[in-house]
Amino acid sequence: MIALNNLHKSYFNGSNQLHVLKGIDLEIQDGELVSIMGSSGSGKSTLLNILGILDNYDEGNYYLADKLIKDLNETKAAWYRNQMIGFVFQSFNLISFKNAVENVALPLYYQGVPRKKRNRIALEFLDEMGLKDWADHLPNELSGGQKQRVAIARSLITNPNVILADEPTGALDSQTSYEVMDIFKKVNEKGITVIIVTHEKDISERTDRIIHLADGLIDKEYRPKKTMDYV
Amino acid sequence: MFDYDKWQEILHTLRKNKLRTLLTAFGVFWGVFMLVIMLGAGKGLQNAIYSGMGDFATNSMFVWAQPTTMPYDGFPRNRYYSFKIEDMEAIKNAVSAIDVITPTVNGGGWRQTTNVVYQMQKGAYEVKGIMSGENKIDPVDIYKGRYINEIDNLHTRKVILIGYRVYEELFAKGEDPVNKYVKLNGIYFKVIGVFKSRHTGGWGEQQNSLMFIPFTTTQQIYNYPNNVDHFSIVGKPDADISQVESSVKAVLARRHGIHPDDKGAFGSNNVGERFKKMNGLFLGIRGLVWFVGVFTLLAGVIGVSNIMLIIIRERTQEIGIKRAVGAKPVKIISMIISESVFLTSIAGLLGMATGIYLVSLADKLIGNPEAGNAVILNPEIDIRVAITAVAVLVVFGMLAGIIPARRAVSIKPIEAIHDQN
Repeated sequence: MIALNNLHKSYFNGSNQLHVLKGIDLEIQDGELVSIMGSSGSGKSTLLNILGILDNYDEGNYYLADKLIKDLNETKAAWYRNQMIGFVFQSFNLISFKNAVENVALPLYYQGVPRKKRNRIALEFLDEMGLKDWADHLPNELSGGQKQRVAIARSLITNPNVILADEPTGALDSQTSYEVMDIFKKVNEKGITVIIVTHEKDISERTDRIIHLADGLIDKEYRPKKTMDYV
Repeated sequence: MFDYDKWQEILHTLRKNKLRTLLTAFGVFWGVFMLVIMLGAGKGLQNAIYSGMGDFATNSMFVWAQPTTMPYDGFPRNRYYSFKIEDMEAIKNAVSAIDVITPTVNGGGWRQTTNVVYQMQKGAYEVKGIMSGENKIDPVDIYKGRYINEIDNLHTRKVILIGYRVYEELFAKGEDPVNKYVKLNGIYFKVIGVFKSRHTGGWGEQQNSLMFIPFTTTQQIYNYPNNVDHFSIVGKPDADISQVESSVKAVLARRHGIHPDDKGAFGSNNVGERFKKMNGLFLGIRGLVWFVGVFTLLAGVIGVSNIMLIIIRERTQEIGIKRAVGAKPVKIISMIISESVFLTSIAGLLGMATGIYLVSLADKLIGNPEAGNAVILNPEIDIRVAITAVAVLVVFGMLAGIIPARRAVSIKPIEAIHDQN
């Protein structure tokens, strides 16, 4: 379970203070598929960074799986990220000189899993994404959708509590976007919490719960109507 | 354990911009290369000069009489006098730090030659009257026969030890000169041996043209009243030879009625002092070489550090991703320092190998000590120096990696991920 209590975050730019998050209260249960929406500047990326332990916050509390995540040093934060969180980014962020299977295996490398073993596990995850035949390919030999599937496989390999996706479909055409969303759906069905930051309405409508941010606060929260058929 | 992913990454980064890597590596290569070449040349210079000295006793000095420069004890200044053989015993008793003292008298005077005849051959060479101790001051190699000994001196024997060049000029090739007679100033002397100088160059030439006869015999045939032209003195291993020099002069001054402050009454040559100065000079040369070499190397290493910073800049996003998926800072730091040490070491070792190869090549081309006047002899690199240089390289490589590594971990992962190059 993810719980945020009265979360504040400011950025300082010289003498200017930019109050980005102004007291977020949020609970996300295990196994939820949630999207966070909001216009640019609403604080949704900042919120995701804090959820991903990529950034710290000024006030309030953040509990991830009942652990208080606050003022961690970088070594500890890296460990939590590795163990509990999977990241998916808009620009895929694969490592260019590692092939698909090595990219997927990367988080296990940082856990100290031997190369043979982690590549075997990575291949299984790639297979699940339907990319077994592309295991030896470098990222620049893959299409956008394939890259994002490799990135999702990478986020899943450590068996995390939660997947955080920052505009995962932002660089994809709508057809591929829907395919990626189907994958997230499948992942979610296995009980992994998925949180997607997006500004695309049709993407957010494919999640179970939409959290809408405006000006650093949650202004509305609703469940989309399940009327639309998935393509 | 071999970390495949780590090395894959290091090699990828270095290969990605080959020219840049090459130029960076060249800076380090050149630093080590210059260090090795200069150390080799310095050592060669030292070898050449020390080989010129043969096995000359280094902790030694010579003293000879000169006209007095101060009136004393009723004597006027500018008085000529000679050391006597009796002085030797007196000096030896008075100065305990002396290991060897031996007298020398030049037959016919300083640098005067004496005619010598063997059958139809004749020549003119310097004759020196010596005692057996001479061979402890400036040792020679006995080519044939034996050295002058105590008994020769005791019995005032008419025996002669000739230099190799004298032998070559007077005797037929291959002829055994031992027990043959040569005529010196009309007096027959039995040849007891031939010596070869251990010095190279001019010094060796000169020594090979000498003839040695017993000190006592010299007194008789040149009609000297027990005169000594100079005393050669070797100090005990731990003795301060300058101290010995002044003690010896004090004894001589007392015995010959010379003013205690009359510095001009003695000529002397303190080899020990000179040797110390020369050692100091070579130490200075080595110091300078290390100074220049290490700073050249440092310039190369700063180049490595700079390039590492650029590499970090280029790879900011990648580092961000790694940190997002769980790379701990220590992993990133170790990565960058490994890369820096790897680049520095490879370049440095190549520089060292090339330098050592060139030095040994030069050694092969120059390296004949018989050739004499070589300016550089047996240039070589001490293995300890090589190991030190490798250690310096690794340390420099690590230092070069520290700043870039700190830079890399100071970037927040989130900023790194969103960094659009």
